[in-house]
Amino acid sequence: LAPQMAGEKKAGDKKAAEAKPAEAKPAEKKGSQKKLRERPKKPKKHHASRNPVLARGIGRYSRSAMYARKAMYKRKYTAPETKAQKKKKEKPRATITKPVGGDKNGGSRVVKVRKMPRYYPTEDVPRKLLSHGKKPFSQHKRKLRASITPGTVLILLTGRHRGKRVVFLKQLGTGLLLVTGPLAINRVPLRRAHQKFVIATSTKVDINGVRIPKHLTDAYFKKKRLRKPKHQEGEIFDTEKEKYEITEQRKSDQKAVDTQILARIKKVPQLRGYLRSTFSLSNGVYPHKLVF
Amino acid sequence: VFKRFVEIGRVAFVSFGPHAGKLVAIVDVIDQNRALVDGPCSGVRRQAMPFKCMQLTDFVLKFPHSARQKHVRLAWEKENINEKWAATRWAKKIEAREKKAKMTDFDRYKVMKAKKMRNRIIKHAMKKLLKEASKKGKKLQKAQK
Repeated sequence: LAPQMAGEKKAGDKKAAEAKPAEAKPAEKKGSQKKLRERPKKPKKHHASRNPVLARGIGRYSRSAMYARKAMYKRKYTAPETKAQKKKKEKPRATITKPVGGDKNGGSRVVKVRKMPRYYPTEDVPRKLLSHGKKPFSQHKRKLRASITPGTVLILLTGRHRGKRVVFLKQLGTGLLLVTGPLAINRVPLRRAHQKFVIATSTKVDINGVRIPKHLTDAYFKKKRLRKPKHQEGEIFDTEKEKYEITEQRKSDQKAVDTQILARIKKVPQLRGYLRSTFSLSNGVYPHKLVF
Repeated sequence: VFKRFVEIGRVAFVSFGPHAGKLVAIVDVIDQNRALVDGPCSGVRRQAMPFKCMQLTDFVLKFPHSARQKHVRLAWEKENINEKWAATRWAKKIEAREKKAKMTDFDRYKVMKAKKMRNRIIKHAMKKLLKEASKKGKKLQKAQK
């Protein structure tokens, strides 16, 4: 029995062994097929420079010799022709016909789309030198002082609310700080403040879960100015906005933000009274010696 | 006239210099201006220190002159100088000054409110006393007449 079993076992093992390499083989084949498929996709390694350097800026071979060495005669690259290129009819329109009013005018005119310049300067404008890194304001890097974090109590130094202590909410896209009194405490509404004209105190209100509406951006706060003087002279100055009116949206936004913040302020003892008070200097008080 | 003397074992407070604010014990006198000084329990290595920057305290330790640091430390800990020093008014004043300098804007507001309240209470009590005193005075005047 034992030798039989041993025999069987061996047979079993052999089969298993056969099965394994059999399995392995098709896998290998697939793998190798994969590799073959992948290889043409992989970019070939670039050859080192075929032009040894004699001295800086001076190579061993001339242009024509290099042409031959690099086998440029073999390499001809053309971009594949797209269907759009084949069409060729994609030239932008040179003229447009526009309707013209009035009777006896012939109804329409043919107008050039790209017109000749209406003015040529007496002297040609000189070519400007290249500059780099000159970005427009919208792409500038905005910095924020490390001492200013959401929930910090700030002291405003300029503007009509100077001396008032105010809660910082977030920094807006232009770098200005979005700030609120809250209104019920010191009559400072949701407002923008400039980082440079603000003292950051070390007192922080926990603003962890407060949701600030996303539509409060710089465009929301920007001052609006009317400019439509149809009449010339006289009545211009009356129609433009003199009185600022608080819109309903501002009131609702103020309420939405303030209710959340007031709840957190009430938790800290004496903080409400602190925010109500104003900052001032007196005799013997020197800002450079004060710890804020 | 003088109550605190420079002697071996006198504990001194360093008022300025690299070890400003620490306590040291005078171990030996070098010459007219300098002393050998050691502060094992206050983080001052044994060194020469000019008398000018030392301010004498009321504490005196018992150890022989030029005693080793180990003995200075034993004497210091036996007398519990660190605790005694912290209990003195001098040390408390220093601590209060430091705290005041560290006050933040919010702390200053709280102090202002507390002071205001305290003063109101005092004034109130004072006025009460004055009123009573003036009443008594008037009664006496009436009685005299």
